[in-house]
Order: sequence, then C-alpha cells, then structure tokens
Amino acid sequence: MLEVDIVGRIGPLDLEARFESGGGVTALFGQSGAGKTTLTNMIAGLIKPLDGHIAVNGITLFDGREGVDLPVQARRIGHVFQDARLFPHLSVSANLTYARWAGRRKPDRDFDEVVELLGLGGLLGRKPANLSGGEKQRVAIGRALLSDPRLLIMDEPLANLDQARRNDILPYLDRLCVEAGIPILYVSHSIEEVARLSNTLVILSNGKTPAFGPVADMLARTDLGRATGRHEAGALVEGKVTYLDEEWGLTHVDIGGPILQIPDMAAEIGDAVRLRIRARDVALATAPPVGLSIRNAFAATVTSISEETGPYAEILCRVADQTIRARITRASVADLGLAPGKPVTVLIKSVAIDRRQRAPAPPVTDLNT
Amino acid sequence: MDFLSLQPAELQALTLTLRVAGAALLVALPLAVVVAYLLARFRFPGHGVLNALVHMPLVMPPVVTGYLLLLAFGRKGPIGAFLNDVFGISFAFNWTGAALAAGVMAFPLLVRPIRLSFEAVDTKLEEAAKSLGAHRVVAFLTVSLPLALPGILGGAILGFAKAMGEFGATITFVSNIPGETRTLALALYTATQSPSGDIAAFRLTLIAVVVAFAALIASELFARHLRRRLGDGDA
Repeated sequence: MLEVDIVGRIGPLDLEARFESGGGVTALFGQSGAGKTTLTNMIAGLIKPLDGHIAVNGITLFDGREGVDLPVQARRIGHVFQDARLFPHLSVSANLTYARWAGRRKPDRDFDEVVELLGLGGLLGRKPANLSGGEKQRVAIGRALLSDPRLLIMDEPLANLDQARRNDILPYLDRLCVEAGIPILYVSHSIEEVARLSNTLVILSNGKTPAFGPVADMLARTDLGRATGRHEAGALVEGKVTYLDEEWGLTHVDIGGPILQIPDMAAEIGDAVRLRIRARDVALATAPPVGLSIRNAFAATVTSISEETGPYAEILCRVADQTIRARITRASVADLGLAPGKPVTVLIKSVAIDRRQRAPAPPVTDLNT
Repeated sequence: MDFLSLQPAELQALTLTLRVAGAALLVALPLAVVVAYLLARFRFPGHGVLNALVHMPLVMPPVVTGYLLLLAFGRKGPIGAFLNDVFGISFAFNWTGAALAAGVMAFPLLVRPIRLSFEAVDTKLEEAAKSLGAHRVVAFLTVSLPLALPGILGGAILGFAKAMGEFGATITFVSNIPGETRTLALALYTATQSPSGDIAAFRLTLIAVVVAFAALIASELFARHLRRRLGDGDA
C-alpha cells in the first residue's frame, strides 16, 4: 500500500504527484524527463519534497505539515537503481548480504531463496566488474530484496541493457513480481514492460500525475494519448491457453468466449496469459468479412469513440468481457457510420500480437504488516 | 665489514627519524582522511578557508612554519603553555616537537591525493548503502573508505617521505639536539658543516637512499595487493 501526495521541484519543472496503489506491482510510466526518477528519489528519501505526504503500509515516511522526514536508511525501501550501483570492492555474496552486516536489517526472506529466484548461484564469488549488465541488475534486485524492504522501487532496471539482455532478465522479473510478496513500484518508459508486469498504472507527464488506476483500464483510456505516447496505445486482454496447434504453430487463447489465435508463444495448455493488442493492429468491419487472411474476427460492440481533430480516431469495443482498442481514420468512422452501441466485427491480425505475454499478477492484497 | 655496520650515532639518527615520521603519520593520517572527506563531499561556510589553511605549509617557507610552531607551541606560546600546565605535555625541544613539525609539513601532501580519491568514488554508492539501512558513518566506513584506500596509501607514502626528510621547520622549532631532534636530515646537515664530515655525510646519504627505496618497493607491493582486492585488477 503506497500513498503519495507531494509537491516539489525538478530544476525548472514543478512536480505535483498524487496517487495511491494497493499491493502488487505499480508502474510509474512516463516519457524521459517527465520526472520519474526525481519522484522515486523523493519516495526513497534521497530528495526532499517541498511539501506533502508519503506513506507505505500506513507508515508515514514524509509529511511536510507534521515535519516528518525519515532518513533514507530508516525508510526500509529497497531501491534498485538504473545503474545497479553494486559495491565494486565487494563480492556478489557480500553485496547481497550488505543490508544484514552493514545495515543491521534482519530479512525474513531466505538468502538461498533469493539466490534461486534470481539465478545468482554461479555468481556469488565474483566481483561486480566481472558481471554482465543483466547479471548486475539481478544482483542489485537480490540485494534490495534482502534488505527487508516494505516497498521495492525499481527505477528502469532494464533501461541500460540491450534487447538480448532484457529478454534474459524479463522472466526473472515475471517471477519476482508474482513472488515478491511486497508492493513494487516499477518505473518505466516502455509500455510493453508496464503492460507485462504491472497491476496498477500511474501516468507521470511533465511532473504531474494526470491519472492512475488498474493497468487494463488505463491502457483502454483514449484521453491519455499524449501521456502514454501515440504509437504505444493498445489494450490488455487476459485469457487462458486452450489449445496448441502444432501443425500451424498457433496458440489458441480463450478470452472469455471468443478464441484468439496467435503465433506460438511457449505456453502450456491451461496457462493464464496476458496479451497486449496494439490499437493500430486492430481493424473494424460492420459485417463479418469473407475471404480474408485475418484469423481473429469477433463480434463486438462499440463503447466509445474519441473526439479528435487529427486524422485518427480511437475506438473502444467490448468483446465478451474485455476491451479492445482500435485506431482507424476519422474518415472510416464516418463512412461506416460508427457510433457507441453499434455492433461491429473486430479484426485482429494474428502476427501482430505481441509475444510478450505473462501470467496475470497475483490478486491485489492489502499488505499491512 | 666495518663500513657496512651502522655506527651508534647513525643508528640513533635512523631510529629517531623513523619514530618521528611514524608518529607524525599516525596522528596526521586519520585527521587528513577526515579533512579530505569534508573537502571532497561537503560545501560549507569556511570550505575555502579550511582548504587554504591545509595547504599553507606547502607554500610558506618551512622556516616560517617552524617559527610559527615555536610561537604557538613553545614553552611560552599560548597553546604550548596551556598543554604544559593542564596535561604536562611539552613539544619544546624534544622528539614529539619534531614529529609535530613533520606532521604539519606533511599534512597537505596527505590531504591532496586522499581528497582526489574520495572525489573519484561515486557518491551514489553511498546512497545505495543508505537505502540498504547503513548509517551515514557506516556507509563511509564500508564503501567510500575502502574504495579510496589506494589514494590514502599514496598520500601516506608521500606524507611519510616528507616527514622523514623534513628539515627547515624542525630545526627552527626544536633545534638540532642529538638523540632528541637530530633526524637523518639534520645529522646530514651537521656532518656537512664539519670539515672532516665528508665520509659521515656520504654514509648518511646512503642510509637515506636505502630507506626511501625500501619504502617505495613495500608500498608498490601493498598497492598491488589492494588493487587485486578491489577487483579491478587483472588478477
């Protein structure tokens, strides 16, 4: 449980952030320069806000009016920095146990369990200089986890890694987000990471937090185009793997009735998966089309149409219980006579579906301990 | 071989020199680490003044430093009289006075490299240490201090060498008393003042060269060991 309501300054920019989130993973999403790192540094206690209130699990870390300002070392926030910041003179093992021997923290999390969770077994005797970027980040995450934190802040842990390294580390993050058992604040400017890992999404734009809420709802909102980035728009769909079509290399996912066919994605039958479908990969038709290569065509109802002046319109459609987002031209909206409540057929190209899937994060629980 | 064995006076000068330089380093080094850290990491009123004060002995003629020490720490000097009355400590004309002079003269040479090495240690590492629960002092002792060790070692060698060779401030402050304040440098000077002192001067010169060389070799070995421990060597 994280409550933030602060004002501060970042160079020329005024920061005004207000959001709440439950347990699970909260993504802090925004473009470069939006103030993400400054905001996390304020939560961690590295920068002092001008005024406001910060609390984790009901424990006040900062309060401008009551004059509460816990020092960094007393906040019990595990901070994974963008640049890892491992201690170069200490072995991986001494880095991991630093909070215990230097910070007098008594983690109830088992050392071996964290080593196993992050795959650090073979690295323990090495020095940070002999680790790859991805390995460094994994050690940094383990070190933060072993500091008995109330909250884990991860400040763009993948930002300095190339795509191959990211793909190495993402499965560990998947597991971590499910198994950490503490709230996580995950900072990112990549909508793919956010969609894959988080339960709650907080948008940060020019130092302000215009919106926050459950990640699927937030991604479906059409009024946040600028803050989330135009090309990134899409919707999250959750479903269950029902069939693996080995002959054609397709995976069938039941999204609450309709079956979505997507390229093989290394899942097992029965796995719960989360898929992100980009708005630009969705087309609409007023009647079920024939003679088409698109495999995914579902009956849907238009729920809203964004009112914009540019060439595009953002359409939200309801398919079973889920929302799918489409971007088409305003001219098409007019030609097809689309309006809220109108039945349409949603067309999704199978090959367009992101392979970045994951099991949904655990149910959001209140972690007042 | 008579030539190779040290004569009593030489041995006395050598051990006295080592004692004076050792004592000077023992007291000055921790102080220099603290001052270097303050200068490297904090901006406070008087930062510039402290920096200038530390470097004064480097730019003033050593005789001036020695004379100022005599005025302040001599028997009748304000600090000297106070220390003598209250604690019974006296720096006047004994080996501790020589150590004080050597320490003051060596101080800027200690502070400079140590400050540079603290500046080279990323301050963000201490932030990380604090986020893991370490108190500011613990963060300093477990992160910045070990990472600055090569610089501290460099400063210590420079300071020790300076303390061993210190001449002007020592002779002005505590004079040239055999067994008390006559270090190698002063003994060498004394020998050169005597018409028949050529051989003595040459022998003292040899001793000084051998000691300096041995110290450099020892410090190089130690630095190599440190680099290996800090993990950025090739070993």
